[in-house]
Amino acid sequence: MTVPTVLRGIGIGGGAGHGPVARMARPPVPPPPRTVPPVERSTEAAAARTALAEVAAALDRRAAAATGPAADVLSAQALMVTDPALAERAEALALEGADGPRALTGAFGEFRAALDAAGGLFAERVADLDDLRDRAVAALLGLPMPGLPDPGHPHVLVADDLAPADTALLDPAQVIALVTERGGPTSHTAILARGLGVPAVVGCAGADGLAEGRTVLVDAAAGTVEADPAPGAVDAAAARERRRRRAAELTGPGRTAEGHAVKLLVNLGAPQEWEAAAAAESEGVGLFRTEFLFLDRADAPSVAEQTDVYARVFAAFTGRRAVVRTLDAGADKPLPFATAADEQNPALGVRGLRTATRDPGLLDDQLRALAAAARDSAADVWVMAPMVSLPAEAAAFAERVRAHGLSTAGAMVEVPAAALRADALAGACDFLSIGTNDLSQYAFAADRTLASLADLLDPWQPALLDLVHMTATAGARHGRPVGVCGEAAADPALALVLVGLGVTSLSAAPGALPDIRAALAAHTLAECRELADIARTSPDAATARARVGERARF
Amino acid sequence: MPERTVVIGSRGGLHARPASLLVRAATRQPVPVTIARRGQAPVDARSLLSVLALGAGHGESVVLAAEGEGAEAALAELAALVADDLEGPAGDAVEAGE
Repeated sequence: MTVPTVLRGIGIGGGAGHGPVARMARPPVPPPPRTVPPVERSTEAAAARTALAEVAAALDRRAAAATGPAADVLSAQALMVTDPALAERAEALALEGADGPRALTGAFGEFRAALDAAGGLFAERVADLDDLRDRAVAALLGLPMPGLPDPGHPHVLVADDLAPADTALLDPAQVIALVTERGGPTSHTAILARGLGVPAVVGCAGADGLAEGRTVLVDAAAGTVEADPAPGAVDAAAARERRRRRAAELTGPGRTAEGHAVKLLVNLGAPQEWEAAAAAESEGVGLFRTEFLFLDRADAPSVAEQTDVYARVFAAFTGRRAVVRTLDAGADKPLPFATAADEQNPALGVRGLRTATRDPGLLDDQLRALAAAARDSAADVWVMAPMVSLPAEAAAFAERVRAHGLSTAGAMVEVPAAALRADALAGACDFLSIGTNDLSQYAFAADRTLASLADLLDPWQPALLDLVHMTATAGARHGRPVGVCGEAAADPALALVLVGLGVTSLSAAPGALPDIRAALAAHTLAECRELADIARTSPDAATARARVGERARF
Repeated sequence: MPERTVVIGSRGGLHARPASLLVRAATRQPVPVTIARRGQAPVDARSLLSVLALGAGHGESVVLAAEGEGAEAALAELAALVADDLEGPAGDAVEAGE
């Protein structure tokens, strides 16, 4: 009998699942180069061609099975790897004496250099070429395919970390759970897992050692990954998962046990999320991130293009609230036309609303487009600015929003200074929305992309809860709604605490709302306040989480 | 050799979807077709990577050329594709500017 091994990390999504491990393979490491003797060269050339054909066939197979953006991505990649000019170059290099891996790498390298030189959108395809090169070399050497595995059956995906490019290709029907060695609670993997409703454990030290095909039990609520789990552990997790799913059947607006309303809203990003988000049981959008419109392009989108996109979102949320965050460029989302290249600390640089000072046209165009789209829609459109530091900034922003004919303007509270002056901030605009991810980063001086600082970035940190309390209290004094739209709102126990601190709406990934709705329905506002006091008076985040976990009913 | 000079109609240039559509159409033709930017060496229009590597943007001219039986029809079909705005499905296509 194998002794069970339990690995620990940060659980995302609260669910559980078990299945065989499928690993994301690393890029192949080719053997040292050799000069192929003339007699073997035609064989080497044929092998290079066969490798390209194999990669193309595998991509075509996956494209045929996929739908939507994933199918497009896969068939475009297949078209690249079947390129006749690519095969000819690889063959020519092999006939000159290069070994197979070098012939392939050389052929890809020539096109890579040409695309790089073409710049702009063309240069962005370089990452695709590198991926295809690694696949072709792996096929030639008989090594595991790099990239997302496709074992042909449901599996637990184990990776170092996932890149944004992997997320379009991930099939939620095949992936039972996600485990990554790296990444924190706000990493791409975590956000993806919440969006898809797939249980995940990220920042899981030792995940590297989980062998392909080994059965693991991933318990996101406990943040554990158990290899070769005992049948009892699997049954217990399955029972918990059934209870969780029953809770998911509760519907309707967010309410505490006695009926105190807490709006439950969804966070919204790129277009592929819209359909599921609009269909989810929610009272609207609490955070519509508009960056996707501006990413991967050389120039800002036109007013007409923006209007069209906003109109489609507002149409999907007719009769519901739609809170739009204006462009949040800079830091981890640099844009060629809005980001300065010479900043040493981009997270502390000209980002969010600050870019509007340097380039007022960008914000005015966006507000014009939002106003045009809002005029023709029946959604309740609210607009808020990211990275507000001063009450005067909020007042100026609100004035600009209203000048464009939009009625409701708000400020995000992500900078500790804004929370400390929340009274003046609430007086200067119509609503506040707390972005807990950035507020943690700035309050604790801890880079939110570093897994090694996950403890400091824990949203249960009592100091962070103090800042939330300060903001919510100021909002209440001015009769202004105060929402939370960070990942903190996605944790049902923490959601109770936030409501107890005075937060009036919670916005999270659509998959997180059922658990939050169920948690709220099981507690009165007075109980939420009690839990908030317990959390805020705890000495540290772990104690706060444990004490509230003991008292809350799930 | 029969030739056609065409101005690229897609807003993003010969990139992504427009380039894929052109390459797929070129692959279906009975004759090989080449594509070139003015004053540069022609490349095989069936090669997606070569077409992308042209780095040809919106409003630029490219020269299509082919020889043999069916060359004229092939050029006509591909020239029409290059001149069209092939960006995204209907509904995504939006006029540039205000």
